[in-house]
Amino acid sequence: MDLQLSPDQIFMRDEARRLLAERSGSEQLRRAIGAGGFDAALWSTIGGELAWCAVAVPEEAGGLGLGAPELALLAEECGRRLAPVPFWSSACLAAPLVAALGAGEAGAALLGRIAAGEAAACAWPGIGGADPLCGTIPVARRAGGGWTVSATIAAVLDASSAAFFLVPASADGGLGLFAVERPAAAVEPLEGIDLMRPAARLVLDGAAASRIDSAGFSARDFDDALMTARLAEAAEQVGAAQGALDLTLAYVAERVQFGRTIASFQAVKHRCAALLVEISEARSLVHGAARSLDPLEVAAAGVLATQALFRAAEEAIQLHGGVGNTWEYDPHLYLRRAQATAAVFGSTDEKLAIIADALLGDAA
Amino acid sequence: MSIEAFRAEVAGWMAANLTGRFAPLFDRGHAGDGDALPELRKDWERKLAEGGWTCIGWPREHGGRGLPVAEQVVFQEEYARAGGPGRLGHIGEGLLGPTLIAFGDDDQKRRFLPAIREGREFWAQGYSEPDAGSDLASIRTRARRDPESGDWLVTGQKVWTSLAHLSDWIFVLARGEEGSIGPKGLIFLMMRLDQPGVEIRPIRQIGGGSEFNATFFDGARVKAGDIVGVPGDGWRIAMALLGFERGLSTLGQQMGFARELDLIIEIATENGAAARPAIRARIARAWAGLRAMRHMAMRMLADHPEPQVQLESLGYKYQWSNWHRDLGRLGMDVLGFSGAAASADPRVEKLRRLFFFTRADTVYGGTNEIQLNIIAERGLGMPREPRGPSGKGA
Repeated sequence: MDLQLSPDQIFMRDEARRLLAERSGSEQLRRAIGAGGFDAALWSTIGGELAWCAVAVPEEAGGLGLGAPELALLAEECGRRLAPVPFWSSACLAAPLVAALGAGEAGAALLGRIAAGEAAACAWPGIGGADPLCGTIPVARRAGGGWTVSATIAAVLDASSAAFFLVPASADGGLGLFAVERPAAAVEPLEGIDLMRPAARLVLDGAAASRIDSAGFSARDFDDALMTARLAEAAEQVGAAQGALDLTLAYVAERVQFGRTIASFQAVKHRCAALLVEISEARSLVHGAARSLDPLEVAAAGVLATQALFRAAEEAIQLHGGVGNTWEYDPHLYLRRAQATAAVFGSTDEKLAIIADALLGDAA
Repeated sequence: MSIEAFRAEVAGWMAANLTGRFAPLFDRGHAGDGDALPELRKDWERKLAEGGWTCIGWPREHGGRGLPVAEQVVFQEEYARAGGPGRLGHIGEGLLGPTLIAFGDDDQKRRFLPAIREGREFWAQGYSEPDAGSDLASIRTRARRDPESGDWLVTGQKVWTSLAHLSDWIFVLARGEEGSIGPKGLIFLMMRLDQPGVEIRPIRQIGGGSEFNATFFDGARVKAGDIVGVPGDGWRIAMALLGFERGLSTLGQQMGFARELDLIIEIATENGAAARPAIRARIARAWAGLRAMRHMAMRMLADHPEPQVQLESLGYKYQWSNWHRDLGRLGMDVLGFSGAAASADPRVEKLRRLFFFTRADTVYGGTNEIQLNIIAERGLGMPREPRGPSGKGA
């Protein structure tokens, strides 16, 4: 009944933390900006050598068969260092989607590729629900013995590093899940808010696609299959909030004004302390929701984690003072992550509405 | 016995006993209502004792049942779920008892522990003083040794002595060494309240109730054998006692919070407030905060919490007290104008009490400001506040 991490989980998390402290520091992030927000060497370590993407892939598909709690721990560490790799897109979004909706050989083959460190991205307008500003719902058509998919999607996260795309599309009057290989897609990188999770416009013009579900699924099924990704996003936000707090604590401990470090001022101490409480609250909910995957708890985790990250990033800028507003210092990288993730699966008010509808009945 | 069987046993006992003459106690006597129905609640404590439900976590050799943490948590949850009344025996069972078990001598254990366990003697706490609130170490109440009897004679004033007017005994932190300052020279005394030299005056709170008192000592006597530890040990023992307070009662408290939120939801659904988007969002946010507290408690109550969790647990009091204060306001906003005056509906009265009492949540047991200092200094390693001459504090 308690929420104690197992020794294996603690080991995995601590190893991830150690690796990313070494490989995803400020200098490396700066280099990644120049490389389109992607660190290929780090990805080959994480995705390839260390097989982080295999964590939640079922054993029969070549994975470790662990679950959301482990993914959440790794996502939290990635968030803390804003690791410029498509771990969330590939391991937390694409893999659970294939595991939930995919079938047979085709599904298992894709899971095996993800587990082996090939990056996958999910192409869906708005990801959580169709948003006309984000593009039109992809359409799949039968062609010969196979399928083609056509779509224009305004922004696909981690598209540039993807080896293949997962595309939910309308097919035969229902919904189907399709895989499109990278060479069949036109990928146009965009200037995104989040410098560590790049976005690109994706154009599929009758692209050859393989269908990986067996007989279609409902929009509700699709939404349910995103639960792990929602949870992992919240975990990543908690980690990023912690990263912003780490940064702030280090800065205020060194910055001297009026003959003392600004960390010694109670106004500064109290704000850092209140942040820790907020982060801890969100982290507790993420850890609990990772075990239940209860939709209400996952929504609640998203609400608290979004708020914690926003506040941590804003406080990081404020407590860094003037330099917090410069490109050279890192706080803005966290503010960017805060804004970019705030509505990935619906805004805070939409998440609160999910909870309110369950507690109070649907709004009139 | 499995944990679920234990849960059923507690629930069954509560259902069978919180009824008949005890029915008026349903959901009474909690924070903000702590002085309600005192005589019946003392009888209830004896009823609990007969059923074997007092001091269940104390070691067997001291008359407890030695139940593990999981069972104690279940008891707290089921007690709260059943609407069990606020525990008048809490200070004896949860604070003084564990302190005596840890630091008391055999004679003290023999004299005091059975009376606590059986609901025969009730305790009050004498820590804060008018000039020693957050800065507890600056207390001035004096204890002087009477050379003839060896007893201690106590002079001074304590405040916020919870339920002292309903108690038999009070434990008192006093300055036992003339001229000492700060945490040095303090003594931890156990004093009978029913004696000349002790005067108890109620303090009326903002909600109208009087759970707290100011207690005055004018040469009040403490028997030579009724000090815990030795003179000079007072601070160490007083701090250890506060450590016993944390933790286990948390989940029972959360069960109470959940019932309050349920009540707010029930009223909002009845009176139409549930149709208002801002109220819906606030109720959803309150639910999220409560689930976060639940999981936080589950992390803290692990057998071997990680250092990271121990550090985060410093923020738990700040977390729940602010959440609860917000809930108090939400309750009134859901009531709307119907909350503005006394009501025949006990649910309305409950929310009105909640509104006022939750203002104290962010003050007692360490104010918000002290909590943030503790979190910043012990949790984040930030520089300590400069100290005045008393030299110690949070």
